[in-house]
Amino acid sequence: MKETPRYYIPHSSIWPIVGSIALFLTAFGAVNFIHQSTDKVAATGSFGGPIFFTGLTIIAVMMFGWFGTVIKENLNGLVSDQLDVSFRMGMAWFIVSEVMFFAVFFGALFYARIISVPWLAGASNNLQTHLLLWPDFAETWPLFRTPGGATTESMGPWGLPFINTIILVTSSVTVTFAHWALKKNQRRALGFWLALTVALGATFLTLQVVEYQHAYQELGLSLDSGIYGSTFFMLTGFHGAHVTLGTIMLSVMLLRVARGHFTPDNHFAFEATSWYWHFVDVVWLFLFTFVYWF
Amino acid sequence: MVAHAQIVPKKRHPLLAFAARWLFTTNHKEIGTLYLCLSFLLFFIAGSMAMFMRLELFEPGIQFVDPLFYNQLLTLHGLVMVFGAVMPAFVGLANWLIPMMIGAPDMALPRLNNFSFWILPFAFTLLLSSLFMEGGAPNFGWTFYAPLSTTYGPPSTDFFILGVHLMGISSIMGAINIIVTIVNLRAPGMTYMKMPMFVWTWLITAFLLIMVMPVLAGVVTMMLTDRHFGTSFFDAAGGGDPVLFQHIFWFFGHPEVYIMILPGFGIASQIIPTFARKKLFGYHSMVYATLAIAVLSFVVWGHHMFTTGMPLFAELFIMYATMLIAVPTGVKVFNWIATMWRGSMTFETPMLFAIAFVMMFTIGGFSGLMLALVPADIQYHDTYFVVAHFHYVLYPGAIFGTMGAVYYWLPKWCGHMVDERLGKLHFWCATFAVNLTFFPMHFTGLAGMPRRVPDYSLQFADFNMVSSIGAWLLGLTQILFLYIVVKTIRGGEKATAQVWEGAEGLEWTIPSPAPLHTFETPPVIAQDHGH
Repeated sequence: MKETPRYYIPHSSIWPIVGSIALFLTAFGAVNFIHQSTDKVAATGSFGGPIFFTGLTIIAVMMFGWFGTVIKENLNGLVSDQLDVSFRMGMAWFIVSEVMFFAVFFGALFYARIISVPWLAGASNNLQTHLLLWPDFAETWPLFRTPGGATTESMGPWGLPFINTIILVTSSVTVTFAHWALKKNQRRALGFWLALTVALGATFLTLQVVEYQHAYQELGLSLDSGIYGSTFFMLTGFHGAHVTLGTIMLSVMLLRVARGHFTPDNHFAFEATSWYWHFVDVVWLFLFTFVYWF
Repeated sequence: MVAHAQIVPKKRHPLLAFAARWLFTTNHKEIGTLYLCLSFLLFFIAGSMAMFMRLELFEPGIQFVDPLFYNQLLTLHGLVMVFGAVMPAFVGLANWLIPMMIGAPDMALPRLNNFSFWILPFAFTLLLSSLFMEGGAPNFGWTFYAPLSTTYGPPSTDFFILGVHLMGISSIMGAINIIVTIVNLRAPGMTYMKMPMFVWTWLITAFLLIMVMPVLAGVVTMMLTDRHFGTSFFDAAGGGDPVLFQHIFWFFGHPEVYIMILPGFGIASQIIPTFARKKLFGYHSMVYATLAIAVLSFVVWGHHMFTTGMPLFAELFIMYATMLIAVPTGVKVFNWIATMWRGSMTFETPMLFAIAFVMMFTIGGFSGLMLALVPADIQYHDTYFVVAHFHYVLYPGAIFGTMGAVYYWLPKWCGHMVDERLGKLHFWCATFAVNLTFFPMHFTGLAGMPRRVPDYSLQFADFNMVSSIGAWLLGLTQILFLYIVVKTIRGGEKATAQVWEGAEGLEWTIPSPAPLHTFETPPVIAQDHGH
């Protein structure tokens, strides 16, 4: 009876249902919160905001509890090689789904640049559309002036965006150094490189905030300044949200390193986080190329 | 050897224990049951919406249902059937069957599995609660085209959007789980080309889900920001385009329709060899055909949009690509027929459903081929011909597939044989009613009756009356189905392990009813097993 168990079947868990309830509260609260904050519907008294944030808090608690259980199981040696492979595949496919999510917004960007904006200016067989609807509209990208008349300036690539590119690429390198250090069991170097990665992530986010302020206050570039602003803010915004999540994940890894977790051959959570971080980095390179540069 | 992390049983109130069992479960069979029950419930809810619509359409004029409410009914009917009835039913079957078919102890990520399921009841609560909101439920059809859903959507549209987000999270996690289970948990010796077809079709379906559910999440997010945050994705005045919505939606939507049929293909490929007492004909070509269908599904979304004024080359490419799909689909149909050819056929209820599936799905496939032709499609677009087409692939396709699966595997799940007399009665009533309902729609459609309108010209009256009678009959028939399922679960002739004489596969080596945990140690796969 001493052979290594091949299959591990976990006992029942409260965390999934806690997570489901939390997601429901988050979604329900979010809608009411949006309705309250915009003038679409008078939803005063529906406590959208509090419900939304309660939901988010429970999600955080759920993740803490759920991951805590998995970590404990791992520390007790219950995670077999097979389960480890399952975790790896699960994370890889999750990143694939994330790639597709960004692909949609890139698709919208390319559609606007290649199809809708030129067509509104009369390209292809759309001369009548152009003449009948907005005869004064001229095609440019970035779209400085929308058919409806909203105007904006463009965000140049070589200021903050370029600095941010260097920061994010560097952080991908430092997280790899941290990984190498972990594999060689150099805990001090691991802590140093990981902390540096977190710091770079936080710097990136700070600069993004500065850039957004610049866009809104000086360039007149906002969510409602036409398809250029829409694609700009949705792409960089969702990317920023992912960097935020990645930075939080890296911080948790840093805390776990400080607690003495991970061994040179058992550190999947760290690897998953670094995969995620590299993914976020690659997305940024596409963003920098197609949103800012060309 | 299994490492069960057993919790020490505590004494609890039976009701609490019951709730805890189903809320906290990580067992693939229990979660499969939950999925199937939810799907059945939502099937009746969405079905009753169809009954209301057919009541209104019984005669020309407006009698029972306010046109605005009619729009809400048809929207929710579509959404709930697609996301609530068909998809969860297939995921439920995947949960029950895939681990047993590949010799795995459970799904690869059991806690995630529970999470995937329990999000759904909340998501549908969010969606269906919109019926009781000020301004009514979403009223723009299940395809929620902009600007109907953005500029003109009722306030409840936002609950629909967040509901879709929740369904998407559930589907993606479920699909990841299924892929990882199939790739990583096959018993030693269960090579890819020995996997039962149901497992293959689900592997490919799960891949499609991971690829397109994020696309759906993206498009509803754009709707949300267009509605409330001033973006102009679908607004030409801001440089966007309402047609962009259709492109993104159908990039999700076309693989989605294969998500709703591929597991059905898998089911037919399991049932037919059993009752023909022959191995599946052309197993390898079945696998490659499924792969080909999945790949092609990514490049044909534009055939839903032929009337939007796409450039000619795009229309031509999409037309030919769409017609190309008929080739792998034809391979499958011929393989099913060749499996039956000179078999020792018997016609138990599951086999009847499988044969009906092959025949009537093919009718839907052929009308799809007609719709693929650009010049013809411009005539058929938004008519009842389209309604007839997709109901033929969904009802006798996806839903008959699911029902066949339930009749086929229910003895394995609950240990009792189904009352064949009742099963056959259900089958013949359903087959008669489904054709009575949907076949006339081909004619009304070709004659020009537009879909999604509660009123119609007098010349369509007879066919619509026939359709309505068929629809109510169909609805009643499914109550018989419910009765049969409950009756079988509660009792009946004891089922053997193999259940059906000609059944082959690992799930038939387990006693019936299947014990809660199966294959705690990997089974031995016979070398000569396979195709």
